[in-house]
Amino acid sequence: MNPNSKINGPTEVFSPNDDAELSAFLADSYARGIPLRIAGGGTRLDLGALNAQQTLTSRALTGIVTYEPGALTLIARAGTPLEEVEQTLAEEGQALAFEPMDHRGLLGSSGVPTIGGVVAANVSGPRRLQAGACRDHLLGVRFVDGSGRKIKNGGRVMKNVTGLDLSKLMCGSFGTLGVLTEVALKTLPRAERQLTLVFSKVSLQEACTIFASALATPYEVSGAVYHQESAWLRVEGFAQQAAYRADRLKALFRENQIDVIADEESRALWRDFKNVEVFAQSSEPLWRILIKPSEAPALARSLQLLGGDVFIDWGGGLVWYCGSAQSAEVRSAASAGRAVLIRQGARPASDRFPEDAGAISRLSAALRKTFDPAGILNPKLMGD
Amino acid sequence: MSTIAMPKPDARILAEAPQIIAALRDALPAGTVISDPEETRAYECDALTAYRCPPIAVVLPRTTEEVATAMRICQRFSVPVVPRGAGTSLAGGALPTADSVVIATIRLREILEIDTTNRFIRVQTGVTNLSVSAELEAEGFFYAPDPSSQLACTIAGNIAMNSGGAHCLKYGVTTNNLMGVRCVLTDGEIVEVGGPFMDSGGLDILGLLCGSEGQLAIVTEATLRIVPKPEDARPMLIGFDSAETAGECVARIIRSGLIPVAIEYMDDVCLRAIEAFAKTDYPKCAAVLIVEVEGSQGEIAHQIERIREIADELSPVEFRSSRNKDESLAIWKGRKSAFGAMGRLGDYLCLDGTVPVSKLPYTLKRIGELSKHYGLEVANVFHAGDGNMHPLILFNANAPGELERAEAYGADILRLCVDVGGCLTGEHGVGIEKRDLMSKQYSAEDMAIQMDIKDVFDPDWLLNPAKVFPLDVSQPYRDRASRS
Repeated sequence: MNPNSKINGPTEVFSPNDDAELSAFLADSYARGIPLRIAGGGTRLDLGALNAQQTLTSRALTGIVTYEPGALTLIARAGTPLEEVEQTLAEEGQALAFEPMDHRGLLGSSGVPTIGGVVAANVSGPRRLQAGACRDHLLGVRFVDGSGRKIKNGGRVMKNVTGLDLSKLMCGSFGTLGVLTEVALKTLPRAERQLTLVFSKVSLQEACTIFASALATPYEVSGAVYHQESAWLRVEGFAQQAAYRADRLKALFRENQIDVIADEESRALWRDFKNVEVFAQSSEPLWRILIKPSEAPALARSLQLLGGDVFIDWGGGLVWYCGSAQSAEVRSAASAGRAVLIRQGARPASDRFPEDAGAISRLSAALRKTFDPAGILNPKLMGD
Repeated sequence: MSTIAMPKPDARILAEAPQIIAALRDALPAGTVISDPEETRAYECDALTAYRCPPIAVVLPRTTEEVATAMRICQRFSVPVVPRGAGTSLAGGALPTADSVVIATIRLREILEIDTTNRFIRVQTGVTNLSVSAELEAEGFFYAPDPSSQLACTIAGNIAMNSGGAHCLKYGVTTNNLMGVRCVLTDGEIVEVGGPFMDSGGLDILGLLCGSEGQLAIVTEATLRIVPKPEDARPMLIGFDSAETAGECVARIIRSGLIPVAIEYMDDVCLRAIEAFAKTDYPKCAAVLIVEVEGSQGEIAHQIERIREIADELSPVEFRSSRNKDESLAIWKGRKSAFGAMGRLGDYLCLDGTVPVSKLPYTLKRIGELSKHYGLEVANVFHAGDGNMHPLILFNANAPGELERAEAYGADILRLCVDVGGCLTGEHGVGIEKRDLMSKQYSAEDMAIQMDIKDVFDPDWLLNPAKVFPLDVSQPYRDRASRS
């Protein structure tokens, strides 16, 4: 662990070198009831369980196992740095279409984002709107559960309904069900060109109307964000396709003043959007709220009344709120959606995840107990 | 005749059948419960017709609450429940046992909400796949998963089997297009999972339910993602004189950075059957690909040109791209009639293994060798872009021992799929058909955790209990459940 990390956590770190070591360690921790903080590259230590006695990280389980561009498939060990994955894909003109974000700017952390961490947190950027989330691109997993069982599920092919789909369940479980050792992901071609349409001086209500119209067209809008009176729409494709799509959208919104940004400039812009750079300088609590897109304007108004600022992604479906309001106030304002606390700010919060209604809460708890009978994996992070 | 065993019916349940039927009738509206053998006959099998068994009764609810009532009664009597959509499963997923009650979703037919602003449709799950897209037609949207049985199959069945179809290379399968469900647990509790927002923030229980083959809950309502219709779409037909070259062409197209909406493959056996049945003008060659691209006229022309360049390097026997609607229909006609045409040749088993696209040529070669070994002809027609193969093994059901031989051949093909890095089933599900092959793909621990999850949702093992997991593997779970 980085000694300069601002975040206090258990200092004893174990980084197994292979599945067998990991399995033995977890079997032992299970037998002795040792609570563990589960981490990938450590960029989100802020999220880790607070009462853990040791940190268990997959960062030493590295390396790309298989990459077949012609089959759109990549298999990598969980601790492989995201950057290595992205570079390998870029060399073949491909990418992870779900555009995973890097949390370091927002959280002031200094670890290295890993592909396992991306999967464990279902990290999905602006293109989630069009291409789906990380979980939609996950083909299979290998992991060790909370009692040391080595388990595989899914595989490396896109169509697979052999047995229950535990890959989806592992994706977004934040280490509470097991420690990932290997993930198989679908890759996609990186677009030749991308163009961004910039709308100025629009209200959020107007922006959401623009988003809904644009997303009802066949032009495969792959990004729709809003911040402080500006809205951005992204289109991609091979060169003439991207140009055609941008032209059609400009024609559709000819009443609006629209500027167009292309290629590298556009890519840099969406890198900032993906990483929610607008809130990187702040240290206030940061919330990620999933909501029905048409309800975003009303939610944004309620949140702004509590003080702070909002950044809108996914055409309204994702509202980032940065502000000092109390958890209860944010959850009350966001009651129509699902609020997850990403950065806790000065006041440590215990309720990072939204509380589920009866049956879902009961089933989730029972699933966690199935995978982690001793309750040692990121205890209480996602609920009891 | 059959080689797949089902557990012996529970004598206690058979003895209580009259009380079970009476309790269901008392609690549900008239006409909801049928038990007359004449009427239940339609429910004694699905599309895996070699296996049949009449259930105690069939329940045909019209509301989620009626499903819940039926489930509660079945739980009270500890009677197994077989969930059923339209019964188009090719894997025996909806096969009843003599001691079971079938709960079918086909009368849950309401379209509940269409919201184009937030891009979803909410339906009861007895609606057919095709009717969902039909509802959206006027709005300029469609529902992407399009299994071959889309005229008949229901959304409930699509969710249970995580159905795909020809167009999933671009648009994904059911799980990628499912936003939320309303479902009924075995104790009759009604639960909402997910909803019209992108991701729930908690554990992905929705992802777990999708493709769970009726093992965990009965899904009665679904919120589905809808997609704007493309401006236009056009297929091209490419013929090759060897299966390997056709496989190579598939990999090169994908490698080039193009994602066609569909890449379909048909081999010579299939082509001959289609020729006899559908009178198409397909070329006579070893393999034909149908590749469909979509977009504006300019986008389509550009993609066709790039695919032509790729194909030309491999010296195709024929390259034909559609210039208009009639030509498009002509190109698709043979593919769409392939299964009907194969049916004319006799009985067949339709398999569903998936292999990595790079392993298609080798897999096709091995399937051919095994065909000689078993002395049974095989036809290959499948979704090549995603490696989901559908070998059709031809046999004569009236010839003693041929079904068994065909099943053994099929099992060998599925083992081959796993050996090359693929899986047993891409979209049909495990059901009973591939149940006993699960041990080939998964270790005892891999299966144990899946059965532990079933325990969480269905502690009494009442939902489709003798399916998906090999009988000897699930025996301890089923025994424990029946004792508790």
